[in-house]
Amino acid sequence: MFSALNRDFRANIIVFRIGDGVFVGINLYQKVWNDHVVRQLDTGQYQVFMALHLIHEVTSPQAFGMLKDKDLRVAFPKRTFATVDHIIPTDNQERPLADDMAEKMIQVLSSATQEYGIEFFAPKSGAQGIVHVVGPELGLTQPGMTICCGDSHTSTHGAFGCISLGIGTSQVRDVLASQTLVMDPLKVRRINVEGTLAVGVTAKDVTLHIIRTLGVNGGVGFAYEYAGSVIDRMSMEERMTVCNMSIEGGARCGYVNPDETTFDYLKDRQKVPVGADYLAAVDRWRSYASDFDADYDDIVDISANDIKPTVTWGVTPGQALSIEECVPDPDGVEGLEKSLINDALNYMQLTANQPIKGTKIDVAFIGSCTNGRLSDFKSVAAVIGGKKVSSNVRAIVVPGSEKVDREARELGLHEVFEAAGFEWRLPGCSMCLAMNPDKLVGDEVCASSSNRNFIGRQGSPTGRTILMSPIMVAAAAVEGYVADAREVFNLEGGEV
Amino acid sequence: MSGMTIDKLSGRAVYVEGNDIDTDRIIPARYLTCVTFDELGPALFYDVRFDEQGNSKGHVLDSPEYSTAEILISDNNFGCGSSREHAPQAIMRFGLKAVIAGSFAEIFHGNCTTLGIPCVVMNDSNRSELSDLIMHDPTLDIMIDIVKLHLICANKVFPITMKDSVREAFLNATYDPLDTLLASQNEVKEVAGKLGYL
Ligand code: SF4
Repeated sequence: MFSALNRDFRANIIVFRIGDGVFVGINLYQKVWNDHVVRQLDTGQYQVFMALHLIHEVTSPQAFGMLKDKDLRVAFPKRTFATVDHIIPTDNQERPLADDMAEKMIQVLSSATQEYGIEFFAPKSGAQGIVHVVGPELGLTQPGMTICCGDSHTSTHGAFGCISLGIGTSQVRDVLASQTLVMDPLKVRRINVEGTLAVGVTAKDVTLHIIRTLGVNGGVGFAYEYAGSVIDRMSMEERMTVCNMSIEGGARCGYVNPDETTFDYLKDRQKVPVGADYLAAVDRWRSYASDFDADYDDIVDISANDIKPTVTWGVTPGQALSIEECVPDPDGVEGLEKSLINDALNYMQLTANQPIKGTKIDVAFIGSCTNGRLSDFKSVAAVIGGKKVSSNVRAIVVPGSEKVDREARELGLHEVFEAAGFEWRLPGCSMCLAMNPDKLVGDEVCASSSNRNFIGRQGSPTGRTILMSPIMVAAAAVEGYVADAREVFNLEGGEV
Repeated sequence: MSGMTIDKLSGRAVYVEGNDIDTDRIIPARYLTCVTFDELGPALFYDVRFDEQGNSKGHVLDSPEYSTAEILISDNNFGCGSSREHAPQAIMRFGLKAVIAGSFAEIFHGNCTTLGIPCVVMNDSNRSELSDLIMHDPTLDIMIDIVKLHLICANKVFPITMKDSVREAFLNATYDPLDTLLASQNEVKEVAGKLGYL
């Protein structure tokens, strides 16, 4: 078979080689890597060009300080884009912000981007939002790119067929100064999800199920390639939800091969070429998809039949179970695993073997870069009509970006949520990590559509988080306890 | 060359038990509201060490016996979760200069490497023997030898592992890669040009 390697712009250094005169198919990770490698370093690692660099106010301002210390400039300012998301309040975004330090962080970012000529999606620009929502919706994220951002959920962008990596602040400095990173190539594990998801089972359940199955460090050393009929049928927003949580499974990144769904999504987006240039881009994008006979370091098959609405019970995203199951019993488990279960049960104030269904909640949060996109809000609005949030629950909805907010309002979704007793907030990360005023208080329990249930994650050192899909959060909000959305909303037939 | 060669490290150690210790635990998100890393040392593991009134909960890091420890020992999947460099920065500014664990989350590992903090991998049985020694006698010194890839404590020699490329970088003093990356800007431009990114 022919190989995309023949194309003349494809790499100076082919790290993943073709076999002795025989063309062997290669996967997307290898193609993107080969295109972007600059050179091999003495340590054996590689210097790799970054096609797109996204920055935000929490992990990036320090990097500009590091540049200044060394008297360096930004090498490719047009390949970096900035937004604010983590610290921005969701009730009142009038400047100056009430929190002085938060205001200062935005100002440092704003003036640095001005100084270096970096485009900044400021609050109220119409384009501000969570960095992983903004990149795709503006069409900055495109197939075949290497993408990095000082944020672990950069894996989200892999939905478009990219190598997308979370990096630390010193690496943000490296990318600003050189547009490159030092990298070791990853192994690639293909995860085939085959079959048809049952009604009420969403992309979030797929990703929680994968993490639960492979473990929170099952992905260490790997890029995950998500494939199979379930993934093929998913919308781009659903694919983003799946790729988003690759990092929770220990993988450095995750991706889906680009296809017509990808190209349709990108068409007419602000930063995407138009006309003949779009068509040429599609040809190029398509060439990055893994060859049908590509080689993988590992292949895992997951059956859609095994996936139920899934929620976490403990303090890592891998401590998850289906809504029909009971929390584990440490008895009969040995060693460190036993103490992990014990500690998690104690922290969550759960008793071994109790059903997770029925666990009382205090707060419901729908938002974040996992589930803060238009389709997430649509899926809930489609079922919540006529229901009311329990009087014991504080329920907030936080759109992932100003664009999502605008589009949701145009559809009247905010009114549907407000009528049900949710508060509709301004865009940001909000209670996903609670760096803004949206926090749990004391040991409150939050049913959350975000991606991390670590101890203290939602702003209170004793706060408790139960991760689930947006419709499951809505079901919990209505009942006041963890519930099965399929029962609460009488879901049957058709897909949600 | 952007730092000093790191080939050997020694000091006392402290064992913080637990698998899957995430970066939210290492440094809670509210301490991320900062524009420099300078003040992060005291906030290391804050919510595990102090109650809501700021009183010590008697965490091992606050026990006087371990107050001079310079090496952190923990368990598997250390540093998982958020990519925040605030985590290794807090570890470094607290006064710790190496971490020993069964395994590390990758972004955390990379962040530590750039800062010159070796992440040393040791298998479960050796690590539990080592932490027993330390818990028994906090005054014991640990010597980590990156050239020979072993660690000595109480006259016992334990094998350790480290990614080859990272070990090379410590031995060549290229663990902070910035100068290396800047040395090839022409080649970088060439790649960018071919890909249409200019
Ligand atoms: S929504 Fe949460 S996970 Fe996503 S970027 Fe913001 S803080 Fe990180």
